[in-house]
Amino acid sequence: MNSVFYSALLVAVMSAATILLRALPFLVFKNKAPAYVVYLGRVLPAAIIGMLVVYCLKDTAFLSAPFGAPEVVAGLAVVGLQAWKRNILLSILAGTACYMLLTRLVF
Amino acid sequence: MKTVKAAFARSLPVMAGYIILGIGFGILAHRAGYGLPWALAMSLFIYAGSMQYVGVGLLAGGASVLTVLLTTVMVNARHLFYSISMLRYYRDAGPFKPYLIFSLTDETYSLLCDGKTPEGTDADRFRFFLSLFNHAYWVLGSVTGSLVGGILPVSAAGIEFSMTALFIASFTEQWITEKDHIPALTGLLGTALCLIVFGPGRFLIPSMLLITALLTLFRDRTGAGKEADA
Repeated sequence: MNSVFYSALLVAVMSAATILLRALPFLVFKNKAPAYVVYLGRVLPAAIIGMLVVYCLKDTAFLSAPFGAPEVVAGLAVVGLQAWKRNILLSILAGTACYMLLTRLVF
Repeated sequence: MKTVKAAFARSLPVMAGYIILGIGFGILAHRAGYGLPWALAMSLFIYAGSMQYVGVGLLAGGASVLTVLLTTVMVNARHLFYSISMLRYYRDAGPFKPYLIFSLTDETYSLLCDGKTPEGTDADRFRFFLSLFNHAYWVLGSVTGSLVGGILPVSAAGIEFSMTALFIASFTEQWITEKDHIPALTGLLGTALCLIVFGPGRFLIPSMLLITALLTLFRDRTGAGKEADA
């Protein structure tokens, strides 16, 4: 653990940078966003959720044993459960439980 | 009151995820030597899940200000996109606007990005309370994790998959409700390609550039843009 003041400075930097990123579009496009930006705002949500799925799996080793099997099996369980029950909370809990069981008992 | 109840109901899917991930963060911070005040401050003022996990490592390692700044921008750059797609909803949110913008996390965004708010509720107030509930879950989880961090030696290995599960479930749900699958496929495949090309350490920025470029190319072809521009 480093000096309290230095650590506090780093936390402040993280906070400020995060806030700036979130606020920037509102500062730049104060009143009306260009049509192109509006279009991006409409199609990006789905694309970014797809990106985050890959982001979450970025450290999974698919090329060495067990070839990401726990992630794939639990992930497919989430897809199936979500398509069936349409309940995100249920899908998360069941998927996470499935993953934890797989990593402990099977792989 | 109806608005608050509706916001609470809509926030429920995030509750468990945020509390669990928050606990994970609190435990991690505690073990790195950053106790309750730190976990509380970070969850209150940064309020960005993956960045806070990364942030604990940076704090403990005594990283330079520049490293911390760049890392934050890299890890959180996707928030630019969230804000862009929420421009039209948050632009005229009055007194709620600053907090709505501050609290636009992955999960809050995923609940609000369709722009729909329940009938009979004030849209701005609904979004404000939904954001506030989510923030409260995150802070509550972080505090809990920090407090139990030193006490319980329970192995929570694998609990991080709840974040993956959340995004997979959101992806599935969005796939079922949307007719146009091109954006979703662009995000998924474009990012996978960048992960293979650039590696897990530095694929996020290229992914966002590629996704933006591809969707720009698809704009005229699909005609989807024109309808939205009107």
